[in-house]
Amino acid sequence: MSDQAIDKQEFNITVYTENQIGLLNRIAIIFTRRKINIDSLNTSPSEIDSIHRFNIVITESEEVVRKVCRQIEKQVEVLKVYYHTNADVIWQEMALYKVSTDVIAEQVSVERLLRENGARVVVLRKDYTVFETTGHREETDALINILQPYGLIEFVRSARVAIIKDSDGFNSKLREFERLEPGEDVIENEYLNQGQKVFTM
Amino acid sequence: MEVANETLTTPAIQEKAVELTGSAALLEALIIEGVDTIFGYPGGAIMPIYDALYDYKEKLNHILVRHEQGGIHAGQGYARTSGKVGVVFATSGPGATNLVTGLADAQIDSTPLVCITGQVFAHLLGTDAFQETDVINITTPVTKWNYQVTDATEIPEVIAKAFYIAKSGRPGPVLIDITKNAQIQKFDYKGYVQCDHIRSYRPKPIVRQQYIQEAAALINQAKKPFVLFGQGVILGSAEQEFKAFVEKSGIPSAWTILGAGAIPTDHPLNVGMLGMHGNYGPNVLTNDCDVLIAIGMRFDDRVTGRLDKYAKQAQVIHLDIDPAEIDKNVKTTVPVWGDCKETLPLLTALVEKKEHTEWLKLFNEYTQKEVDAVIHEELNPTSGEMTMGEVIKQLNELTNGNAVIVSDVGQHQMVACRYAKLNKTRSNVTSGGLGTMGFALPAAIGAKFGAQERDVIAIIGDGGFQMTLQELGTIMQTGINVKIIILNNRFLGMVRQWQELFNERRYSFVDIQSPDFVMVAKGYGIEGKCINEREELVDALKTMMNHNGSYLLEVMVTKENNVFPMVPQGCSVSEIRLK
Repeated sequence: MSDQAIDKQEFNITVYTENQIGLLNRIAIIFTRRKINIDSLNTSPSEIDSIHRFNIVITESEEVVRKVCRQIEKQVEVLKVYYHTNADVIWQEMALYKVSTDVIAEQVSVERLLRENGARVVVLRKDYTVFETTGHREETDALINILQPYGLIEFVRSARVAIIKDSDGFNSKLREFERLEPGEDVIENEYLNQGQKVFTM
Repeated sequence: MEVANETLTTPAIQEKAVELTGSAALLEALIIEGVDTIFGYPGGAIMPIYDALYDYKEKLNHILVRHEQGGIHAGQGYARTSGKVGVVFATSGPGATNLVTGLADAQIDSTPLVCITGQVFAHLLGTDAFQETDVINITTPVTKWNYQVTDATEIPEVIAKAFYIAKSGRPGPVLIDITKNAQIQKFDYKGYVQCDHIRSYRPKPIVRQQYIQEAAALINQAKKPFVLFGQGVILGSAEQEFKAFVEKSGIPSAWTILGAGAIPTDHPLNVGMLGMHGNYGPNVLTNDCDVLIAIGMRFDDRVTGRLDKYAKQAQVIHLDIDPAEIDKNVKTTVPVWGDCKETLPLLTALVEKKEHTEWLKLFNEYTQKEVDAVIHEELNPTSGEMTMGEVIKQLNELTNGNAVIVSDVGQHQMVACRYAKLNKTRSNVTSGGLGTMGFALPAAIGAKFGAQERDVIAIIGDGGFQMTLQELGTIMQTGINVKIIILNNRFLGMVRQWQELFNERRYSFVDIQSPDFVMVAKGYGIEGKCINEREELVDALKTMMNHNGSYLLEVMVTKENNVFPMVPQGCSVSEIRLK
């Protein structure tokens, strides 16, 4: 138990995929089947519309991560999988904090708070203010602690996004790939709102 | 000819689009993919496809099974003997969920299948409609690929992808769920183009010459090389390439149960079966060899036993088409990624011609020990009740190793795989990875449809037979010729064996009663006989083989016989027990 715990560390798994319904589930169950918790999961279109990029963070040994990555890469609609330690990536999480404008304006030096925490104001209204900060977990956590005494109303943090330090030529390779073989459109269910018009048995 | 104009078959892109329903487009696709047999069961959500099938009766032979699980196991049996893609139809909801066991079985045993399930109308998805179930999500972990079609225009392309994915690379099951509106919907059908490429999918890894050279160098300097081969050799149609490799290198070779038959049982370099109930020599000498060459096999735990004591002394060369298999269970010294039909000839060209006479002799010595301790008594008992082994031995005399042997799961499966003589490839059909009891009867039906010129013999236990015996109805209706041998020991024998060996004979719920199987078969119009005495065995087997049509032979065997040798769970392969 303790031996394994020593080997475990955070790994950032980067997955390039087709944009297909059901693929998120197909990838997620590779982790759940092995009872591995996903610490963070971000999925969004890459710089190419038809290609999606997943950033998945898990805490495991490299051996396990490598096997899991091979299983992911085996999925038909997965283009490529990479895994990296935290040292091999630049990563950020973004957080939003909603506080009462009255309280914050009255009791806090907003300017100092923003400066010290690298935060910025996204929305400023009479009733509430929304701050935003970006950084590692400790940094986004720090601002929670600071704002907590001043009536933090709501907090949300994004999944981690990570850029690979050694990713020379990724963008041009992706563009070339897409140029040679354009991706297919996603076909969604167009009939959900047409129930009344369709005959059923 | 009167319906011929309705059932056009279009080989490729047509000059002019024709209006077709989604259902008809599906059936056109199947014909172009070379499908001749479909195993299926109709129901509400797949009715439009069955309605279209009515007009395709001449071209597509639909076999009505008695349960969807039977349908998919039949599809598996068909795929395993024919080498083609098995095709299965089922309706939504319970029809689709009944496929799950077969999908899991096909997934773990890499069997190419395309399953078509009906689904409720697209606008009803998510409304808990009648017989609606989330088939895509239920089947995701047990399919190589799955997809839901909600619009008829998608059908040609999706079916083309389904067949390509099912049969290419490491084969596997594909499920296509088609909503009812898409089955009914008419669209401009522009013909069918087979798929040969998907941009995100690499069925075969690129062969690296460097690894071939490294592997050859290891093999050439090896004093005690040992080959383990699995179903990959059969799936890759690489039997000839494999034989050439083994014969040139002179390396003793042992098989996993799904690899059985890739080279004939009596080939001089075939040293036997691997694994928990495999042969003595191959297990013990795994921990004595210096170079282990694994070909198209995946180091299942039933093959390796305790991993940290498995072939630690050996350098390991692993040939596999699936990169995820390399280093999954056993660390590889040289990974030879690729289709073994391509990699084996490259390797054969570089290996030196050798005969490992002394090393092979060692295997034969172990064989002799096993014969003395186990095999002789199992195959040639002179008193007491009949053994499973002697039934297989007598059967070998009649088949001469030319029949397809379909086995179920349990003691009889191990005995059948250990002792059945197989001269040809694609002769051993069994549920290897999943261990699905109830597999054999429906799989045998499919196996016969896949290899109609061959004798197909199902060997089943009294427990497993009762799991899918409804498929006797399929045999009755199709009139197909399948021989069924029930080895009846009045126990769930394998579990009983474990309870005897490891649970102090606490026989917990293994004492199973059976109906009069011969009478059950008679009810389905199938001839049969039950025998108790050794003297009746040979004649009864002859009667069965000579019978014109299906036949059920029930053989009452020893109640408490154990399958040996055995690698107990948690033990190393070299700790295999002879008793």
